Amino acid sequence: MRLGLVIDMDTCVGCHACAVACKQWNSSGTLGPLTDYMPYGEDPAGVAFNRIRSYEVGDYPHNKTVNFPMSCMHCDTAECVTVCPTGASYKREEDGIVLVDQDKCMGCNLCAWACPYGARELDEDSGTMKKCTLCVDRIYDEELPPEERQPACVLTCPTHARFFGDFDDSDSKVSRLVRERGGQQSLPELGYNPVNHYLPPRNKARAEQAEAPAMSLQERLRQWVDKAVTR
Amino acid sequence: AAALPRFEDHARQERKFTTCYMCACRCGIEVTLENGQPRYIRGNPNHPINRGVLCAKGNAGIMKQLSPAKLRNPLMRKPGSERGSGEFVEVSWEEALDTLTERLREIRATDPNRLAYFTGRDQMQALTGLWAQQFGTLNWAAHGGFCSVNMAAAGLYTIGQSFWEFADPDWDRTRYFLLWGVAEDHASNPIKLGIEKLKRRGAKFVAINPVRTGYQAVADEWVPIRPGTDAMLALAMCHVLLARDLVDWEFVGRYTNAPYLVIQNPGQSDDGLIARDGDGNPLAWDPEQGGPVNGAEAGATRALFGEYTLPDGRRTKTAMTLIAERYLDERYSPEQAAEVCGVPAETIERLALEMGHVAFNETVEIPCAWTDWAGREHDSFVGRPVSMHAMRGISAHSNGFQSCRAIHLLQVLLGTIDVPGGHRAKPPFPRPTPPAIKPAKETAPNTPLAGPPLGFPTAPEDLVVDAEGRPLRIDKAYSWEAPLANHGLMHMVINNAVNGDPYPIDTLILFMANMAWNSSMNAGSTRALLQAKDENGDYKLPFLVVVDAFHSETVNFADLVLPDTTYLERYDCISLLDRPISEPDGPCDAIRAPVIEPDRNVRPWQEVMVELAGRLGFPAFVDDAGAPKYDGYKDFIARWEKAPGVGFLAGWRGRDGDTHLRGEPNPDQWERYVENEGFFQYHLPEHMRFYRFANRDYLEWARDVGFNPSAEPIVMELYSEPLQRFRLAGQGLYDGPRPSDPADRERLVRYFDPLPGHYQPLEQAQVDDDSFPLHAVTQRPMHMYHSWDSQNAWLRQITAQNFLFMNRQRAVQMGIGDGDWVWVASRNGRVRAQVQLMEGCQADTVWTWNAIGKQAGNWGLSPDAPEARRGFLLNHLISELLPEREQAPRHSNSDPITGQAAWYDLRVRVTPAGPEEEDTWPQFETAPPLPGQPPAPEQLRYHTHEPVRIHRTLRDILMRK
Repeated sequence: MRLGLVIDMDTCVGCHACAVACKQWNSSGTLGPLTDYMPYGEDPAGVAFNRIRSYEVGDYPHNKTVNFPMSCMHCDTAECVTVCPTGASYKREEDGIVLVDQDKCMGCNLCAWACPYGARELDEDSGTMKKCTLCVDRIYDEELPPEERQPACVLTCPTHARFFGDFDDSDSKVSRLVRERGGQQSLPELGYNPVNHYLPPRNKARAEQAEAPAMSLQERLRQWVDKAVTR
Repeated sequence: AAALPRFEDHARQERKFTTCYMCACRCGIEVTLENGQPRYIRGNPNHPINRGVLCAKGNAGIMKQLSPAKLRNPLMRKPGSERGSGEFVEVSWEEALDTLTERLREIRATDPNRLAYFTGRDQMQALTGLWAQQFGTLNWAAHGGFCSVNMAAAGLYTIGQSFWEFADPDWDRTRYFLLWGVAEDHASNPIKLGIEKLKRRGAKFVAINPVRTGYQAVADEWVPIRPGTDAMLALAMCHVLLARDLVDWEFVGRYTNAPYLVIQNPGQSDDGLIARDGDGNPLAWDPEQGGPVNGAEAGATRALFGEYTLPDGRRTKTAMTLIAERYLDERYSPEQAAEVCGVPAETIERLALEMGHVAFNETVEIPCAWTDWAGREHDSFVGRPVSMHAMRGISAHSNGFQSCRAIHLLQVLLGTIDVPGGHRAKPPFPRPTPPAIKPAKETAPNTPLAGPPLGFPTAPEDLVVDAEGRPLRIDKAYSWEAPLANHGLMHMVINNAVNGDPYPIDTLILFMANMAWNSSMNAGSTRALLQAKDENGDYKLPFLVVVDAFHSETVNFADLVLPDTTYLERYDCISLLDRPISEPDGPCDAIRAPVIEPDRNVRPWQEVMVELAGRLGFPAFVDDAGAPKYDGYKDFIARWEKAPGVGFLAGWRGRDGDTHLRGEPNPDQWERYVENEGFFQYHLPEHMRFYRFANRDYLEWARDVGFNPSAEPIVMELYSEPLQRFRLAGQGLYDGPRPSDPADRERLVRYFDPLPGHYQPLEQAQVDDDSFPLHAVTQRPMHMYHSWDSQNAWLRQITAQNFLFMNRQRAVQMGIGDGDWVWVASRNGRVRAQVQLMEGCQADTVWTWNAIGKQAGNWGLSPDAPEARRGFLLNHLISELLPEREQAPRHSNSDPITGQAAWYDLRVRVTPAGPEEEDTWPQFETAPPLPGQPPAPEQLRYHTHEPVRIHRTLRDILMRK
């Protein structure tokens, strides 16, 4: 299995629901708590596994806004794992999820430097590296109803822009979406072969125009003079 | 593979359903509790509003519950301290309520209007309105006057429904969707769900907004319009549709007042009124008989166009003729509109033709037999799949009422109201245009009002003014200054009360309204007014009661603070009598049920209101012996009936809970809601889901369940006779009350146009464009809107400072760079703000996020929080009054028709700040902490159980490294 996410940039409106849902679930999740620094102070910040970046493409008035949620891509060739000196970072054989063993991590930050996606977050309180687990503590929880065994970000997304599944299964929803919508990896040229894919914005919807001649008020009133409708 | 540990001990967890209150959207949520703490809040998949999804705000509910800004005890202003200093002493609930009861008892026994009670973004207006009515004061309203009354009023006076709560685009069928203005505030998840459906189906999504943020990001086309010119754009589109004969004549002719005869008698009292027969029926012209007929009668053949002379000699034209003459005029050509709106004429023409194509060439037809109001049978519903949504960006201008009417006109010409693919009403809508409820006028000591304080005037006789024409309400709603102020003018209450104009009051109760900060225009001046004293040293506003759950800026100005609960701690009902959460396919309502016990000395305000009502002996709340009739809020909701069988909650009525919508009170009703995950949804049969303004089975059902007073069909009023009556009053021609102030007369003549027109927003027309060359508006952040009451620890990590956003090219021309600090000046004052440059901003417009800036020391934030030091409040620049006039009182900065606060009319000048000026201005003194307020933690590590870790085996490390 290669588990990961597909994110639809055609419908992502940048609402941050996925980021906050992730924060919420994972605060009491397997990597929790996720420390918040100065939560009510001068520089509010905290550990978050998923962050939304927004970009503008093109110049006014031909600009478009693109929202780009970013979390761990669960790369096939995960450099963050390669560089880990303690073996704390690893990619699970059975499903490809990249995890960090909190008891083995010494917070050296090498993985964060190795990750081009900025997906790693050092928890300054615990002194350990944390990151997206694909909600491993939800997706395998057999006490949850099957429909809830999804990452929190996917469940909450108000524009259904997020999908979770097995990329090794060519018939899975994520595989089909990537195929049908031309799903792309982020920074493929770096060679890490990220599992997560992004669906590019669809072609703009085109609308035809009605074909009808324009007439002046006088011409129209002449034409409409007998127009009557039964109540 | 190594087996995974058991992460969650579900046996120790409990799941409860309730309704979110992180904004006004009212999504269903499921709260998982662990050790009495919220573990996880998620969207309820079965809930009709959000269908399982939840926004950033809803996902941050835990941090609202945890907010250090929560009020903990009733507070009284510290004896000897100045109002606004934020110094308080804690008091018991007994002392607080005894004090308030005595004060209110005296007011009620003398002049009930000396109490003003205004509520913020609450969802309990049916209860607060009933309370005010029972108290006997006219001076009640909720926040609609500064929120969206233009939207609601324009819809209800035109099509019997409106945007958001009263109707929705048909997301499942629409092929073309126009989004007018900022809408990220209303609604949150339903619109996001809808937009995804559009995109998936390949429907076209056009966003009309000076700013491209939020939902506009994914629009297929962005139309950067100049603020306040939307009416011109909509009417130019009407021009194109009329010029090309792209009009649904069957729809317009059958379901609107377009065929009615309008009297053409300039200078006389009947000019512009609809010709009527002796029974008051509207006349239309029967071309076959060559004479007038009752235009409302089933089967009448009615000419749509023409000039006709009545038997009594009066000249008339059909309303449709007036519409065609008005909008086919070159004044409304795309070329003219381009000048006004800054949108190319070709774009306007193309958009109109695209809508025309979708409406008439991509018609949707649902095969389903239905019967119209006259008993005629039809075998399908024909729909024109063009839909629209509009909200704040239209509403918050002083021309917003007419702009919104212009959009509705466009919808009607295309035949898209309550049809498949169009704009579908949500029961209890549609209602008559407008609903037949008039605002109360008369007050007497110890006597309830005869009717509700708010209603829908249709003629000058309905105004709430005295014999001399002076306002009877403290906010001057329903006066000549704001005749159709259906939601009141909350933004004027403090100003008017302190100035004794129209009269002084004794007590002001504010619930969930931050009038000393982001809910007032001109926040600094409002704060000074709250502190103003008379010559005896007494406050001009003698007593201010603030009810809130959090330490807002306004709390600091209270004489008495009553602490409310959070949304997870109380019962609530989201009632059909109030602001419904219905879906187009049927009415819905919902409850909140407590999921967490309060850990503070707080009480739900509803409970307190019911208790006060009993103490004060309101007739509806006490028995014949004068003893309180209800055992608290929950009991009141279950047993009180508005009309026989009609109560706050519509589901599971009747003794046994087996009838819906109308039935006897059910003692187990709350429990049934809890069992059903906190909501009730009624599914209308398919034949009652469309054309409901004329659908007999629907109309009869709506009458039977108490939604509408009769089963008469609802006629859409493209031509507004009520507006014409007020215009006649302005012209001095009306047979009835007329204003004496020349300025009032002029406003009625100019703005009460029975057909929607474009006029420049009032403030913009009165300030010098050269001095203030830019428009300034606010947008609503999807992740914060309506949720800033606790400056939520998770959400403020996303936004803790608002910037002044400017068009990059324009700013560069002005010598302003990204990150620069600037002065933003208006006629009312100036603020200092930090700039961010962007492409997605119309070149003549600057904007910011609303209500991120805070006063230092509030909301549980440290005084050095960026919200207080770097974020800013645009409100300081907006005057609540229009510029001075010669020899006449100043008018409020509001829509002259509805009194809607004109937040978005602001014009500003932006200039670079000095080198040392790198923080916001103005700054206010830091508010002191409240008594007993715990210090905010410097670090948070919220969790509800010890984490269950996953360990990598040594074997795995050795084998795979």
